[in-house]
Amino acid sequence: MSDEVPSFFKRGPAPLARLCFYVTLSLALIIVDARFRALEFLRNSVFLITHPLQQLALAPASLYKNASVYFSGLTRVQEENAQLKRAQLENEVQLLRVRQVEIENERLRKLLDMKILKKTSGQVARVLYAARDPFSRRLIVDKGQFDGISQGRAVIDYDGVVGQVTRVFQRASEITLITDKNHAVPVQVLRNGLRSVLFGLGNGQLELRLMPVNADIQSGDQLVTSGLDGIFPAGMPVARVVRVDNDASYVFARIYCLPQAGIENFGELMILDPDAPVVLPNELAGAKPVNPVNRDRRKRLVRE
Amino acid sequence: MSLTPPSSRILSPVRPGVILFSLLIMFLLNLMFSGVRRWSLDWVALALIFWSIREPHYIGMGAAFILGTLMDVAGASLMGQHAMAYVLASYAASAFSRRILRFSLKWQAIQILPLLQIVPLIQFCIRFAFGADFPGFDYFIGPFIGAALWRPLAYILLWPQYQPVERDENRPV
Repeated sequence: MSDEVPSFFKRGPAPLARLCFYVTLSLALIIVDARFRALEFLRNSVFLITHPLQQLALAPASLYKNASVYFSGLTRVQEENAQLKRAQLENEVQLLRVRQVEIENERLRKLLDMKILKKTSGQVARVLYAARDPFSRRLIVDKGQFDGISQGRAVIDYDGVVGQVTRVFQRASEITLITDKNHAVPVQVLRNGLRSVLFGLGNGQLELRLMPVNADIQSGDQLVTSGLDGIFPAGMPVARVVRVDNDASYVFARIYCLPQAGIENFGELMILDPDAPVVLPNELAGAKPVNPVNRDRRKRLVRE
Repeated sequence: MSLTPPSSRILSPVRPGVILFSLLIMFLLNLMFSGVRRWSLDWVALALIFWSIREPHYIGMGAAFILGTLMDVAGASLMGQHAMAYVLASYAASAFSRRILRFSLKWQAIQILPLLQIVPLIQFCIRFAFGADFPGFDYFIGPFIGAALWRPLAYILLWPQYQPVERDENRPV
């Protein structure tokens, strides 16, 4: 004979037991995702459900936008078209000159036996929406695995560097902006070639860290990518210095910058094709293991 | 004090389809306002707490966990962050369900506020543990908007249950 008291009502485990179960499960998810980043498969699968829902949710807004463009009138479109044609003509003249200078540069570099700068190419992607997470700065764009996008690609717009592809789904990918707290870009001051690393602050601003108080940096200086990371091509505008606090009581200067690119704007972005892996000179080839480790650490920092 | 709830209306039993549909709409609302960084209201949490209070047998921690995981992926946040916040809020809501339902809708809204605040607070604690900064006080304004919307929301979500199954002129309900 069993001693169990028959239950009056059919019910599952006690609420507290269920709470413990779900909290443990969530904690496991959090730790596995944050520490080991081993949940990308689960994320990709769930994204297949949420992505169509997201597109459905954004449909009214895009419909309104399209309708307002449609009804804005033929004259405005014609005007814009004429303006664009004029701009294209002007750019074409400049482009011809640039091409000529590029060829000349290549020839001179060959004469000096220097590495030829790689031409950048890429794919244009449209920003779908900004991620809801208030703790990070990320965008979702409409190009993904099927379009050949891979993790770690640099993303730029008309005015400069926007960020980096940090997660790739089948038909969309996630871009971490340079203003994200965990994003770093190696930069160079255009005026004097001083190199440093630019960190996002998470509030739309950027900070040039680890620069001595007496470093030659002024407000208004333009920062461009130095290309040392192998991700961002060299010479892309990144940010402009807006404030320099040279307080001698600190070891380092506090240098605040604002991004050049329209970081929070919605529109078209360009995802650059990856550079060919850098071939090390013979004397560095022996120290090869150092490079992948550094890359890996930086990637982890950037991806996180 | 009487032991019956203040509302004199007798509601017809809830249909699970209505609950699912309302949660779907709230999920879409969350996605629609995903670009709004300031004063953003978590609609899913609001609906989840509403149903956890009203119908704890239909909507509980399991639904909260699934919705939380969906929100985590859609919002590109840490996996499990929304899930944990929703599970805790849903548990608290169903634990206080009898107490809260005894109040009128106006007073319920005040009781809901701490339940709604659980969601951003838990998420902030988790992200803070993994190195995020304080996102600003406006991150915690959403629950106040949610509490203010409690009354209209209750009317909208309960509207299908206000409809009598068959209309009878001689019956008062």
